[in-house]
Amino acid sequence: MSDSPDLAKLIFGRLTWDAIPFHEPILLWTFVAVAAGGIALLAALTYFRLWGYLWREWFTSIDHKKIGVMYMVLGLVMLLRGFSDAIMMRMQQAVAFGHVQGFLPPHHYDQIFTAHGVIMIFFVAMPLVTGLMNFVVPLQIGARDVSFPFLNNFSFWMTSAGAALIMMSLFVGEFARTGWLAYPPLSGIAQSPDVGVDYYIWGLQIAGVGTLLSGINLLVTIIKMRAPGMTMMRMPVFTWTALCTNVLIVAAFPVLTAVLGLLALDRYAGTNFFTTTLGGDAMMYVNLIWIWGHPEVYILILPAFGIYSEVVATFSRKRLFGYTSMVYATVVITVLSYLVWLHHFFTMGSGASVNSFFGITTMIISIPTGAKIFNWLFTMYRGRITFEVPMLWTVAFMVTFTIGGMTGVMLAVPPADFALHNSLFLIAHFHNVIIGGVLFGLFAGINYWFPKAFGFRLDPFWGKVSFWFWVVGFYFAFMPLYVLGLMGVTRRLNHFEDPSLQIWFQIAAFGALLIALGIGAMLIQFYVSFRHREALRDHTGDPWGGRTLEWSTSSPPPAYNFAFTPRVHNRDAWWQMKQHNYERPTADFIAIHMPKNTGAGVILGGISTVLGFAMIWHMWPLAVLSFIALLAVAIGHTFNYQRDYHIPADEVSRVEAARSELLANHV
Amino acid sequence: MSLKALRGLLLPVVLLLTGCQTVLMSPSGDVALQQRNLIITSLLLMLIIIVPVIVLTLLFAWRYRASHQRDDYDPDWNHSTLLELLIWSAPLLIIIALGAVTWVSTHKLDPFRPLERVSEGRPVTVDARPLVVDVVALDWKWLFIYPEQGIATVNEVAAPVDRPIEFRITASTVMNSFFVPALAGQIYAMPGMQTTLHAVINKPGDFEGFSANYSGAGFSGMHFMFRGMDEAQFEQWVAQAKSGPVLSRDVYQQLAKPSENDPVSRYASVAPSLFEDIVTQCVTPGPSCMSGMKGPNLPAPEHAHDSTADESMHGMPMAQPH
Repeated sequence: MSDSPDLAKLIFGRLTWDAIPFHEPILLWTFVAVAAGGIALLAALTYFRLWGYLWREWFTSIDHKKIGVMYMVLGLVMLLRGFSDAIMMRMQQAVAFGHVQGFLPPHHYDQIFTAHGVIMIFFVAMPLVTGLMNFVVPLQIGARDVSFPFLNNFSFWMTSAGAALIMMSLFVGEFARTGWLAYPPLSGIAQSPDVGVDYYIWGLQIAGVGTLLSGINLLVTIIKMRAPGMTMMRMPVFTWTALCTNVLIVAAFPVLTAVLGLLALDRYAGTNFFTTTLGGDAMMYVNLIWIWGHPEVYILILPAFGIYSEVVATFSRKRLFGYTSMVYATVVITVLSYLVWLHHFFTMGSGASVNSFFGITTMIISIPTGAKIFNWLFTMYRGRITFEVPMLWTVAFMVTFTIGGMTGVMLAVPPADFALHNSLFLIAHFHNVIIGGVLFGLFAGINYWFPKAFGFRLDPFWGKVSFWFWVVGFYFAFMPLYVLGLMGVTRRLNHFEDPSLQIWFQIAAFGALLIALGIGAMLIQFYVSFRHREALRDHTGDPWGGRTLEWSTSSPPPAYNFAFTPRVHNRDAWWQMKQHNYERPTADFIAIHMPKNTGAGVILGGISTVLGFAMIWHMWPLAVLSFIALLAVAIGHTFNYQRDYHIPADEVSRVEAARSELLANHV
Repeated sequence: MSLKALRGLLLPVVLLLTGCQTVLMSPSGDVALQQRNLIITSLLLMLIIIVPVIVLTLLFAWRYRASHQRDDYDPDWNHSTLLELLIWSAPLLIIIALGAVTWVSTHKLDPFRPLERVSEGRPVTVDARPLVVDVVALDWKWLFIYPEQGIATVNEVAAPVDRPIEFRITASTVMNSFFVPALAGQIYAMPGMQTTLHAVINKPGDFEGFSANYSGAGFSGMHFMFRGMDEAQFEQWVAQAKSGPVLSRDVYQQLAKPSENDPVSRYASVAPSLFEDIVTQCVTPGPSCMSGMKGPNLPAPEHAHDSTADESMHGMPMAQPH
């Protein structure tokens, strides 16, 4: 890149023109497409003069609702990337038999399955879950924002910075070829000397800061900011699951940070924590990463359980059956999720008693989980169920997740696991619970709370089209993998010899295509709903006959959420208020104290991206500079004393009067 | 809606029925057979609760739909002590049953535990010594050393039918997993460590074996053939190897270099204590060699592994004394 190789090496580190994949046509064309799309998007934003609007109203916003929406957008965009990886794997495995090598050589294929796992967990499921919690929790507990509004914005931008680094690896250098948990010694410097694992480490470390801080934020919010009268046992179940999830985040993510930190030391500083020599122990990495990894599974599924609890009660027009046992089940799962990590590696050679212990604790988790399923079941019992899109997802979940839970318990029996471990049976199992549990729940949640966020419902026709393609596609894509697992086929292969396997992979690929149509239908749903937003408009703020406080606000809620903090006298606070002919306050408003927008989060996230990139490519001067800049901005921000402002009483009166008029015209 | 959902329900059942013909469901070794039986037992135990849940979900969804306008709608009904008791205790009872099965079977089928039977009703006689096979996962092929016979092979392993086999397993650089589905469940092959797998093959035949833990670029081609044969054929197979070259340390180091899709090869003899040196990473003297090292991870000889009683992490010792 320069005439003077030493200077170039100092500035650019390992980065040379060779890192740009000119020689890989798939990547090159992807890059051209992404670049063209990106330029078109930027041009459109400029043409419609949206930059100022985006900056003022979204990027710098500390409003939990907007940050929630931005998380959701991030998650959905990354879903498209993660799914492209999935479909490439399905296509490769459907064709690569015998002398046909397929279109993905191992070098590329191995990056794809690694990226698929990393992206789907860290940058799809996590942002979607965090986004929903961010949007819904303060509204459900009658709060005006989270406890630390700036931290919330900062967390989002750190997560985005991590996602940006992972996306960069597609076009600059390469991604890890290690599997999504990057076990050493394979991920050590001796076996993976290139930048792939470094992208992995820095992408996750930076995003991890965001996740941890957002966990602390929501935890404190739920503990400290509930409306008066909302005791713990009056909290909506979604808030309960959010509380437990954030406890798990706060307790588990530091372990991930530590273990990736140790791996980074091995790679950068030549330490021997996880090497095969000088006393290093790779098994310690496997243990540590799963001590984070198993709670992570529950971090994702618990909020989904919360969503189902809200949806099933709302659309059955009935109180949730067994609220107390639901809460205890959630708490039991939270605690037990720390006692099962070893079931991910029974085959590493622990003793029989150790394996039995972890196998049995794993099975015990199925008891509270089963109780939850029964609770939803008996909520439907003697209800008046309307099959709106969120409820469809919930019923599909109850059937699908039960199957996934069953195969999970089979895997929890250690000797059975010896036969099934790492096989496609395992792959089928965890997609069965993550898609059938987490993703179905998120889709239910998106359809359920969308009108609250944007003021209009999502188009139900395209929602149902998407639903059926997804559900049928899921069964076609993953049931064959159960069979292949029983045929002894292991995961992460990019080529097969036995032609009798091919038909199953072809069925799975067909299923993936159906899912692609499901995703397409969802994008169409967003577009159609936006086009028909006037017809789909939610004037009342309570389109489904909701039960919890978020439905007492307008759709979308005002910046301050509640003009007066509501008082809670019972569970299902809003349902009770409606039963008792609650009257909205229409006068005597007072000024509302609110936090002020700031650009510090965007800037810190941007600098972190640069720092990560510099560390990955060994650009030491840039790394030092960006680290100093990071500290300077962070410290500088502490001198910003214009953190808050008051919404004047007149303004509140005007907003509330407008809502009164709207309600009068439409109810 | 429920028709389509039913179809979704039936699909896995149909697929699982097809699954009965698969290698895991019709294995050829006694250990794999017992593992198969466990898979079926746990499946049946779970179905006791899974089937009612799925049926009730669809039934309730249909029965209590709003358009049905049933008059037993009860918006405030949300508690029943009897039902609560039932929904917590039914899964609990099943898990107690499955937990007991798990405890017993995990101990009985511990891969480190010498076999007690070669198949149903045929116990292993007290004086029968197992056939020892040392297994090394290399990048990306499998090396098998037969200390008793003095031979070694690459990507092919054979054993007489109904003779217990003791695999002692390690890896050269990265983690792999040694898996012959027809024979027995897998166990990790890890560098600097030794794991053990006891198994027996009950039917003659050629069975696919492979690495079940992703290990890098050549992973997909890292398979081998496990051959079950009668005693005479096995003698012949050993004799065949005896005409091959010698696996010296130099030859091993050439062999250990990364390569993909390697053909079968056989070695007439093996450098002494080669396997032990691979486990302790002492094939080439240097800082990686652990034989002289003292450290918390290295058990003193008196703590040598006793496979029936030892409840510690079997994989933990970095160098097992022999």
